[in-house]
Amino acid sequence: MEERYAIEMRGICKNFGRVAANKNVSLNVKPGEILALLGENGSGKTTLMNMLSGIYKPDSGTILVNGQETVIHSPEDAKRLGIGMVHQHFKLVDVFSAADNIWLGDEHSGPLLKKNRCDVIRQMAQKFGFDIDPQKKVYNMAVSEKQTLEIIKVLYYGAKIIILDEPTAVLTVQEIDKLFAVLRRMKAEGHAIIIITHKLNEVLEISDRVAIMRRGESIGTVDTAQATEQLLTERMVGRKVTLNIDCPTVEKTRPLLEIRDLTIRNDEGATAIDHVSFYIRGGEILGVAGIAGCGQKELCEAIAGLRPIETGMMIHKGDNIVGLSPKAILEKGISMSFIPEDRLGMGLAPSLSITDNMLLKNYGETKGPFVDRKSGRAAAEQVIQELEIVTPSTETPVRRLSGGNVQKVLLGREIKSGPNVLITAYPVRGLDIHSSYAIYDILNRQKKDGVGILFVGEDLDVMMGLCDKILVLCHGKVMGVVHAHKTTKEELGLMMTGALDLSSKYADKPAGIARDSRIEEVEP
Amino acid sequence: MNGSSDVLTLFLFNIVLVNIPLLYGTVGEILTEKAGSLNLGVEGTMAVGAIFGYLAGCATDSLLTGLLTAFAAAGLCGGLFALLTVTLQANQNVTGLTITTFGLGLYFFVGKGLGERWPAMTDVPALVRGFTAVEVPVLSRLPVAGKALFSHNVLVYLGVLIAALAWWYLNYTKTGLRLRAVGENPAAADSVGVNIQLYKYVHLIAGSGIMGLGGFYMALNMSGSFEGSNCWINGYGWIAIALVIFANWNPLLAILGTLVFGFFNTLQIYAGALAGAFPGALGWLNALPPQMFKALPFLITAVVLIATSVRKREGPGQPASLGLNYFREER
Repeated sequence: MEERYAIEMRGICKNFGRVAANKNVSLNVKPGEILALLGENGSGKTTLMNMLSGIYKPDSGTILVNGQETVIHSPEDAKRLGIGMVHQHFKLVDVFSAADNIWLGDEHSGPLLKKNRCDVIRQMAQKFGFDIDPQKKVYNMAVSEKQTLEIIKVLYYGAKIIILDEPTAVLTVQEIDKLFAVLRRMKAEGHAIIIITHKLNEVLEISDRVAIMRRGESIGTVDTAQATEQLLTERMVGRKVTLNIDCPTVEKTRPLLEIRDLTIRNDEGATAIDHVSFYIRGGEILGVAGIAGCGQKELCEAIAGLRPIETGMMIHKGDNIVGLSPKAILEKGISMSFIPEDRLGMGLAPSLSITDNMLLKNYGETKGPFVDRKSGRAAAEQVIQELEIVTPSTETPVRRLSGGNVQKVLLGREIKSGPNVLITAYPVRGLDIHSSYAIYDILNRQKKDGVGILFVGEDLDVMMGLCDKILVLCHGKVMGVVHAHKTTKEELGLMMTGALDLSSKYADKPAGIARDSRIEEVEP
Repeated sequence: MNGSSDVLTLFLFNIVLVNIPLLYGTVGEILTEKAGSLNLGVEGTMAVGAIFGYLAGCATDSLLTGLLTAFAAAGLCGGLFALLTVTLQANQNVTGLTITTFGLGLYFFVGKGLGERWPAMTDVPALVRGFTAVEVPVLSRLPVAGKALFSHNVLVYLGVLIAALAWWYLNYTKTGLRLRAVGENPAAADSVGVNIQLYKYVHLIAGSGIMGLGGFYMALNMSGSFEGSNCWINGYGWIAIALVIFANWNPLLAILGTLVFGFFNTLQIYAGALAGAFPGALGWLNALPPQMFKALPFLITAVVLIATSVRKREGPGQPASLGLNYFREER
């Protein structure tokens, strides 16, 4: 018998208005196979997968499920066909328990909510080898727990074809290993798996074949065994690229920003940052590594003046900035760009144009009650040109741009104000290689100009390449500051989980306190 | 029984009798809002239910026909709201206000149009009989509470029954679970195969239908006398919207909310009588300006809003996607 595909997509086209998201795309995956779907941002991967999960309908082309030609009208149809998708932004009801989130789509056990529904889910999860508390509410869950819940949900509905859209973007190294173990087990059980990811090392590690997309078209499929990072990148980007992250050596200045003994509470009132000290010199990039939700967000907000602090000092060029308004801090040259998980939530107004978003930061500088759109447009044009932002015009609403371009707009605006300290959190979150490297270049250029950069990141490989030093946080405490080029991923991983504490490695020099500190010069 | 105890009993009796329509309106709006739709058309919907229910009830001399017609007419308002906001994705606030304007307009148009042919309740004995008090066996013989709570017309009991059923439905059935999911996160519900449009339509229509029953009740309680200047509903629809928040989107708490609001609502009428009956304890009621009693229910809403927002996450039953239209292909 000839081999049957679990999914076969032939000649799929999908347009959004005048923009072709998918042009004649073909793709197939066999049962018991893991297919990686690779492509830059905006290359149409998610759109393609959404047509399998019933969110979008293709304009033309055919979809075959288990050899049968089918039309998928809705998520309901997809579910019936055994297709389950774990979306990048989880589709969970926050106020429901884990069990109720699964129960929501259950179609077999009668009209009433049974008392034993939590037990049923617990047993089912154990059968698949997951550990989950069915009564836990989603809003109390960590990101990895939510993802586990999404996977259990998909399996509970009996999916044989499982699509994961950037599942590793929000996980730590250890959690990714766990996820991959799960995927391998599902593969062994005969599930067909499609995984979207930007991380090439993950593609090489987990997949059997790689399908590559570029600007809405399928470029072809490669057997993972024959692939290398270099080859995949070239096919994805369409030309040769170098994969080394630059870390230029720049003469460092005295500390620009010094944080001493800082304690901050989070929204719930718990301690988010616990007696943290560090400093940033001009011309260096200080990385901040840590498991998601370890106080990174609170730290960034505190420096930008958006969150009150409990105790501690924040000294900028010898001036105390504690208690200053966000605007005053901005005027001192401290600029903050934070890319939250949904990538649009902070810093930009999604429905406003690039011009208007540029004006958001300096509308107060012009005299009189009217907005100076001319200068805003000029600023927008300059940023578009310098950072190679792909956009129809300066008047396009920001939310219409693809992720990488949105992030470039945000970063571009922050740089435009000519900061001397740049706080940037997750600037490459969810970006493809090409856009990521563009962002690294931007940061390195700033560094060469003598700007001190705080880089809150996720990908340890990137941080080890880009940063000069890395500060590791674990539950709001400093586990130590290490030289980025002398440390190892394992060492960082151990520090992130709190297993290794290097904060008092050198008795004569406590971590995060500069020898040439300016704090002593500050009036008490 | 002495006179002052009678005044108290009558006061408590009227809290229930006069304010039960609030419960209908509130429960109907809770069902609507749990589907993620904020329908500000309660006032108009109740007016439509009231006038068509009353006319049909009089025409057939039957309480049941009146109820069914009120439900259907108000349900049509809900259907119109659903058509505009769910299918055509119109703004919910504006649509709700439109429904109110439309409903009140229709009420006066029909009422004034009938003129002399307006039916009177004196001609429909069966309908009147249907609306007279039924004493609950045993319970109605309790002192004070027996008269105040258990000697009412069937529509009072029906209202409480609907509230209890709605509570059970929301919390103990799978359709109820899905409905709540639609109001919280329609994209999540959609991704597991819940038919969002169907759920919205059904519950918006049913919710409006229940509001209509409340309107019908008010028509009967006002003895069906049509005045050209004042609508029977008289702002109850707006209070119901506030009561939804007071009840934290819980139909059982809506019963309590109705009684609390009803207490202050009825107090303005009985303040004088109560002060007269208990001059020692309640004499000070006479000293208060009557406008204050009118303002009290809303003051309480404000206090409740503050209290619920302080509680933050765990507390509020407010659906997260309330007031937002859902479009699957939204990017």
